[in-house]
Amino acid sequence: MLRKENDNLEDIIKAENLTFEYYRRDEEGNVEGITTAVDNISLTVKKGDFVAVLGHNGSGKSTFAKHINALLYPTEGTLFVNGIDTTEEERLLEIRQSAGMVFQNPDNQIVCTLVDEEVAFGPENIGVPSEEIWERVEKSLKAVGMFEYRNASPNKLSGGQKQRVAIAGIVAMKPKCIVLDEPTAMLDPSGRKEVMKVLHELNKKEGVTIILITHYMDEVIDADKVFVIDGGKLVMQGTPHEIFSNVEQLKELRLDVPQVTELAFELKKAGVNLPDGILTHEEFIRALSRVVKSGGA
Amino acid sequence: MLRDITIGQYYQAKSPIHALDPRVKLVGTMVFLISLFIGRNVIMYAVATAFLAAVIKVSKVPFKFMVRGLKSIVFIAVFSAVFNLFLTEGTPIVQFGIFKLTWEGIEMAAFMVIRLIYLIIGSSLMTLTTTPNDLTDGLEKGLGFLNKIKVPVHEIAMMMSIALRFIPILIEETDKIMKAQIARGADFEHGNIIQRAKAMIPILVPLFVSAFRRANELATAMEARCYHGGEGRTKMRPLRYKAKDVKAYLILAAYLVLMIAIKMLRNGALV
Repeated sequence: MLRKENDNLEDIIKAENLTFEYYRRDEEGNVEGITTAVDNISLTVKKGDFVAVLGHNGSGKSTFAKHINALLYPTEGTLFVNGIDTTEEERLLEIRQSAGMVFQNPDNQIVCTLVDEEVAFGPENIGVPSEEIWERVEKSLKAVGMFEYRNASPNKLSGGQKQRVAIAGIVAMKPKCIVLDEPTAMLDPSGRKEVMKVLHELNKKEGVTIILITHYMDEVIDADKVFVIDGGKLVMQGTPHEIFSNVEQLKELRLDVPQVTELAFELKKAGVNLPDGILTHEEFIRALSRVVKSGGA
Repeated sequence: MLRDITIGQYYQAKSPIHALDPRVKLVGTMVFLISLFIGRNVIMYAVATAFLAAVIKVSKVPFKFMVRGLKSIVFIAVFSAVFNLFLTEGTPIVQFGIFKLTWEGIEMAAFMVIRLIYLIIGSSLMTLTTTPNDLTDGLEKGLGFLNKIKVPVHEIAMMMSIALRFIPILIEETDKIMKAQIARGADFEHGNIIQRAKAMIPILVPLFVSAFRRANELATAMEARCYHGGEGRTKMRPLRYKAKDVKAYLILAAYLVLMIAIKMLRNGALV
């Protein structure tokens, strides 16, 4: 089966000056101009990390995500997934197996009419023997908490459940890394919570690297590392704490910050002695009570 | 309103027929259809009737479900019966001008109608006892030999199963679009046929646009999951013949041999 030579690599994703351009065409097909969707991005993602990629619509974050799965190839620069250059065509399946991808619309990525067959679709494609497919399907459905729905039709599931099935379908291919392109954008709040819980569990228990593309700030807080992309360029990177300490820059990039962070930021501007980059309610309460005790307001 | 449409006509039950390999059922239907065409005599039809009745009994599908399929062929049946009745040469019973009712005509018409009815019942028995998914699998595996003459069997089967998956989604979407257009004053219920057909355009255009978008996204998602055609693909539930499938094949063979034997023994005896 597939080669396992890259197991010791520390960086699962490594982008070097990654650039992607596409031609804009008018109705007759003449080239109107060139749009640079991804502009000279260099970054690395460590194995086992939970990474969030932030950016508003049209920032190029989805285009970047598609490169990781070798659905698009860089115009310039290189991208290594698990040590493999994504332009190596003969190792395409290996790349797609090491970096699975989950898309935004749960309906448009489910292929089969039964949940268990859906999860089996990926392993079937890479030629896993039948007995092992059964094991993998059971294990991945249990990992996302959908095992009792294995004989149901995907049409009968809620959005959050469908998305969990889609994630199970990727997990069954035993990827080292899962890229999720706004997986919660079409879900209701409870569906979003379900999906986020599953992702964090996969990351902690199975050690799968998660790359979450999103524009929901509250999904970013628990990440190990955050990349902010704007206009195709990598504009900020760091821990959530570092990123959200920089409220002014985020606002310039038309990105929201979590409510508590914003409140703390405004209070600080008004002269309250609070630290930068408060992300959770607990942190805020602790910091504020410290301020109150010391009578510093 | 559109949600009520069901695809296929699978009737869920636990019967030996339901449990058979879909390929057996495909071959069985073919054998039955062929047996109806190899000869026309009373004994052969009696055997065919007994065989069909036995299979229906074993399948546990209520008889009224088979009859439903017959509605669609009433016209053809009546049409061919009338033609056979009056246009067959033979001993006339009654004569109206160039049309004459003959004994041969009555016999011919009777066989014709029975044959049509059995054709429909026989094939709906297959669709009633096999899920669309199994049917697709059976076709893929059973017609696999066509691959050798470059027929993309796997791709066709994949298209069929994707269609099955998306039909309910597209029906729901049509419903949504219709409601959205009605809310903006579209009228689908009045006017003549042409006006009504024109009124469908505001439904069809967005439906097609959305279907193409879905197809595009689905193709990307399938590619991302390493889909690369049927080559080197394994199956979670591979079709494997079991003892009962072999038994079913033997019964089918016995039935076919019996029919041919009758045909040869009675050759020419009763038309």
